[in-house]
Amino acid sequence: MASGFEPYILGFLCNWCSYAGADLAGTSRIQYSPNLRIIRVMCSGRVDPRFILTALKNGADGVLIAGCHPPSDCHYLTGNLKARRRYYLLLKLLDQLGIERERVRLEWISASEADKFARVVNEFTEQIRALGPTPLRAS
Amino acid sequence: MSQTKLKLAIGLGATCSGCDMAIVDLAEKLTDLLKAFEIVFWPTASDQKLEELQQLPDGSIDLCLYHGSIANEENKEIARLLRKKAKTVIAFGACACHGGVPGLANLTTTKQLLATVYKETPSSDNPDAKEPSPETTVSDYSLHLPRKFDTVQCLHDYVDVDYFLPGCPPETALVDKAVEAILEGKLPQKGATLAPNRILCDECQRKRQEKKIPKIHRISNTIPDQEKCFLDQGIICLGPATRMGCGAKCINVNMPCRGCMGPTSKAIDQGAKMIASLGSVLGLEGEEQMSEEQVKTLIDEIEDPVGTFYMFTLPSSILNRKALKR
Repeated sequence: MASGFEPYILGFLCNWCSYAGADLAGTSRIQYSPNLRIIRVMCSGRVDPRFILTALKNGADGVLIAGCHPPSDCHYLTGNLKARRRYYLLLKLLDQLGIERERVRLEWISASEADKFARVVNEFTEQIRALGPTPLRAS
Repeated sequence: MSQTKLKLAIGLGATCSGCDMAIVDLAEKLTDLLKAFEIVFWPTASDQKLEELQQLPDGSIDLCLYHGSIANEENKEIARLLRKKAKTVIAFGACACHGGVPGLANLTTTKQLLATVYKETPSSDNPDAKEPSPETTVSDYSLHLPRKFDTVQCLHDYVDVDYFLPGCPPETALVDKAVEAILEGKLPQKGATLAPNRILCDECQRKRQEKKIPKIHRISNTIPDQEKCFLDQGIICLGPATRMGCGAKCINVNMPCRGCMGPTSKAIDQGAKMIASLGSVLGLEGEEQMSEEQVKTLIDEIEDPVGTFYMFTLPSSILNRKALKR
């Protein structure tokens, strides 16, 4: 493993729950790992699998998708359920394409769960650090 | 006819030559084609040799149809040579446009591929464990085979392509239309795909309903209803992620779409689009209350997502091959 490897993690956070949760983590001054770069989307159901594949292709070491808790927190009723189905199908695709499924993670984080947000980011960063750089990054 | 004929070349890459059949299938239109064009190179049907092609002046061929993907050195060389000699190059068929079925070799490496084919299959009879190699000496003669690439690619990955005509093989009506456009000089803007830019569901005549698929059925284990949408019946059909223009031929003989026309220009990645649309239509009663494990069980019914969603387009997809370990 190359020393000094800092994971580059992209996060798609839903506007209504998870982004608010991340915001709360910030305003509450909770310390968490700085490896996550956040993109705010209106719903986890908006995250086209193409976005995730493109992120991986462009060298992201990990991709986090976070949305509202099932069963009924989703602002658009079923966006999170769709995200969940796509996520599991995408994992199977990644297995076949030789990309560790641990590089893509789906989490449910509500607007009040700043602690959970920080814990997920820390955990995920450490998990990716242990996995090492993505095999897709141009060396 | 005193008028000079236009020059036509048909080049082959990694292809099954089914695309040649699509040209022959023009039937009586083929005679019109031959009235207007003189064939200067077509290994499948005419007798010119590669040397003759090499001797033609650059840019002297009016139209080149290239079918097959680029899987080895020879494919690459011929593609580059034809590009140099031809004014207009059309990527003809799924393999040239998107990589096609040979593109599934991107799930492995050349080394593994040869080992599987020549040594590991149960029917392999190869006691000396021989494999084809780029260079062999047979009684003082040195013989060469083109080296196969680890990654199969599309024509446009190597040369500048003017037009794309997808399909496995391209639908005769589309070929016909393209030939007409060429003869009348009415070709669209460079880089265009010579097929409509809408999805197959737009021309599919089957009855649709509000979808919620509780179970996936494989086509090999089911007799599908003739009238109802395949997806409504839980059978995976690539219609929502596939370009129309084929006349829904498979659908009309009760087979779901496998996606040979490739994605529309907006979908870009056929597999990702298919995952997105299946994610919207799969669904279980009371899914809201289910554990992650139970949802996974439904998804696990889809075996081989790469082979299903990228049967014809793996080399042109975002992640164009299986990642190679460092």
